[in-house]
This record gives sequence, C-alpha cells and structure tokens, in this order.
Amino acid sequence: MKFQDYYEVLGVARDASAEQIKKAFRKLARKYHPDVSKETDAEARMQAINEAHTVLSDPERRAAYDRLGQDWHGGEDFRPPPDWGKQQFDFSGRGLSPDEAAQFSDFFSQLFGGTHAAGGFGAHSGRRRQRHGEDHHAQVVLDIEDAFTGPTRQLALRLPQRDAQGRVSNATRTLNVRIPVGVREGQVIRLAGQGAPGSGGQPPGDLLLEVRFRPHDRLRVDGRDLHLTLPVAPWEAALGAVVVVDLPGGRLKVRIPRGAQSGQQLKVRGRGIPGSPPGDLLLALQVVLPAADTAQAQALYETMARELAFDPRRTTGS
Amino acid sequence: MPDEFVQNDVVILIGSLLEDSWMPLEQLAAACAVEAEWLRRHVDEGLFPHVECVAGVWRVSSSGVARARARRMRQIERDFDAVPELAALVADLLEELDRLRAQLGRPDPD
Repeated sequence: MKFQDYYEVLGVARDASAEQIKKAFRKLARKYHPDVSKETDAEARMQAINEAHTVLSDPERRAAYDRLGQDWHGGEDFRPPPDWGKQQFDFSGRGLSPDEAAQFSDFFSQLFGGTHAAGGFGAHSGRRRQRHGEDHHAQVVLDIEDAFTGPTRQLALRLPQRDAQGRVSNATRTLNVRIPVGVREGQVIRLAGQGAPGSGGQPPGDLLLEVRFRPHDRLRVDGRDLHLTLPVAPWEAALGAVVVVDLPGGRLKVRIPRGAQSGQQLKVRGRGIPGSPPGDLLLALQVVLPAADTAQAQALYETMARELAFDPRRTTGS
Repeated sequence: MPDEFVQNDVVILIGSLLEDSWMPLEQLAAACAVEAEWLRRHVDEGLFPHVECVAGVWRVSSSGVARARARRMRQIERDFDAVPELAALVADLLEELDRLRAQLGRPDPD
C-alpha cells in the first residue's frame, strides 16, 4: 500500500486553513472535472482530489491523518501503525456512499474504512439501510448487436463489498445475465435482489448495470435510432437502385432514389433498435467514385466529361 | 416473471430496464445514488424532469440521463456550494454537450 500525501494532492501546506483547503479543492475540481477537462488523466486526478478533500475537509479525519506524522512522502510503502485500529476515531456518518468509497485508494480504505453511507444519504437512507441492502452500481459494455438479440452475457464485475469491520473493498463477481432486447446506451439494467445483503433478515439491494456500447466501425447509435453511412456507386445514385445493407437485425434491401446525392439522408422507419416504438435507421449516402486506374475507366470518365454538360460548381452553387 | 432461470446448470439472471420499474422514492433515489429528500426536493422544484411520481410510486423515464444528472448536480452543489438552480443549469449544459459529442461520435472530451 502506498502512502497518499493529501496535502501534496491539493497543493496546500500542512497548516493550511479550512478555507485554503476548500479554495484549492474547488480550483482543482474545476480543472479536472471529468465532463469537461482535456487532461488525459482527469478522472484519476479527480478521484485523488476528491479523496484528499474528503480527508482534509473533515476535522476528525484530518486530525487522524496528521497523527501519522510529517515524515511520509506520497508513493512510499506504508502500513498503518499497529495501534491504529485501537484508536477511538469515529468516521461513521461522514458522507460517502459505498460506491464513492470503493473508488478511493487502499490507503484511504485502510485508514478510514469505517465510513458508512449514512452521512451523504442522510437519516432517510439510514432508515432504508435498516430495511434493505445497498444497491450496487456497475457498468456493462455491450455490442450494438446485443440490443437486437437479447443475448446472455457472462459478466465479471468489480463490485464494492464491506467486510465485518465495515471496510470497503472491491471484489470480482461473475454473473450470467440475460440482456433485455431493445436496450439502449445509457439505460440501466436492474437485477433485483443482486445487490448487498440486507440486515436483520431484510431484502438485499439491487444490482444496477449501466449500459455502454462498444464503438462500432459502421454504426452510430442515437437513442433507438441507428446511423449508418452507406457508400453507393455513381450510377446507383444517378439512376436509382436497390442495395442490400447488412444490419445487426439481418439484411435489408433499401431503395436508393434516382438522382440521389452524397450527404443525402434516407430514413427507414422502424429498423433501428427494437422497442415500442422501435427506432429508425438513418442512412447517410456517400457517393464513391471508381478510380480511373485503367484505360477503360479513364476512357469512360473522358466520355462523360465530353458528353455531359456538367459543372458541379454551378449545380451546387459553389 | 422470475428473476432468474437455470439453463445447463448455469443460473441466468434476468435483467429488466430501470425505466420499466415503478418503485418507492427511496429505492429510486438509491438507484440514482442520491438521498431521497434531495431527489424529492429537486423534482418538486422542477429541476429533475426525468422523474415522475404517480400515486406515491416513482419512475425514471430516462435512467442513464437521470443518473448522470443526479451525480453531476449533487457534485456541483457539494463541491462548489452551488444553489440547486445553478447546478441544474450546469447539468443542462453538460447534457447538451453529451448530445453534441454523441452526434460527433466522440464521447470523451479531448
């Protein structure tokens, strides 16, 4: 386990005031906010900043942390003092959910592992905990094709788990899950009763899986709609044609209207991701020119240039 | 419908979509990783349009967006002592950013 220098993370002196700590945290929280930061390690930095702020903004945690002494440096191998667990620090009710606490370092978990969800979620959540186990949250990455077929997937999830001393750590759990047909990016699959066990014989919480789709080399998803760039030959666009499109739900014949142009969008209703109602398939036409890399191809282009009175700048108004 | 079945000696869990579930406020709040009173207050103030309540049971209409909005608003309120309306405004802007990034096929800031 590596020592975490929380003062260094926030860039403040060890005798910084609460106001200085808050100011430093806000400055860094703005810089490394994962939704907008352009820093490559923004998410990891934000976790470290949150962890440091969680300790240094809480007088009891900060006092306990300071008792470790000033001789430690960030990244050094560290073991808690032998009498650490016997000291009477009370870190319960300090505003962290198990999911938040599980994202913090082992160092935090070892020193302040007795955190409970009650603080951040208030007395109401505390009462709920008397009745139900905590929900577990995880992300599941699927292929777009899975939304059409509703397959069974084996998932190995790293989920937070609390030991008898109340310390939170991650453990791997393997599950076989039937994916609902029609699932969309960002939706949450609920597995009732698969969260943490309840206390006092009360029901367990739920396992909530947030769906992400792997990037697809041809398809883009927007809600239930599927977007696809469809390459067509110049004569298919000019003369009209029926072309076959491969989709996750099977092959589809699409009529290209006569006189179609690059960039034109065709909508095929109901052929997106299944649902009530199903999404649409949106095809962006892209006219692809054959290369003039043979004498015959070159002759055909020369014939068109000679025979067709065609000026694309005039046609498009460029 | 049972929540699981056995096929070739393997237990298979049946997932349902959170959008399809009506549930008590506290359960929905836990699913969004926020406290129940926080969620009720923000729904009452019209800052959380993705959640509806009928006859005391609650449902989220767009679970992914709602959970991200809850996380963002709670963080902004906590980290910057922001009033809920300001946190909601920032969440609105971030959701618009999400939509534009999705249109570009570029999910991450770069």
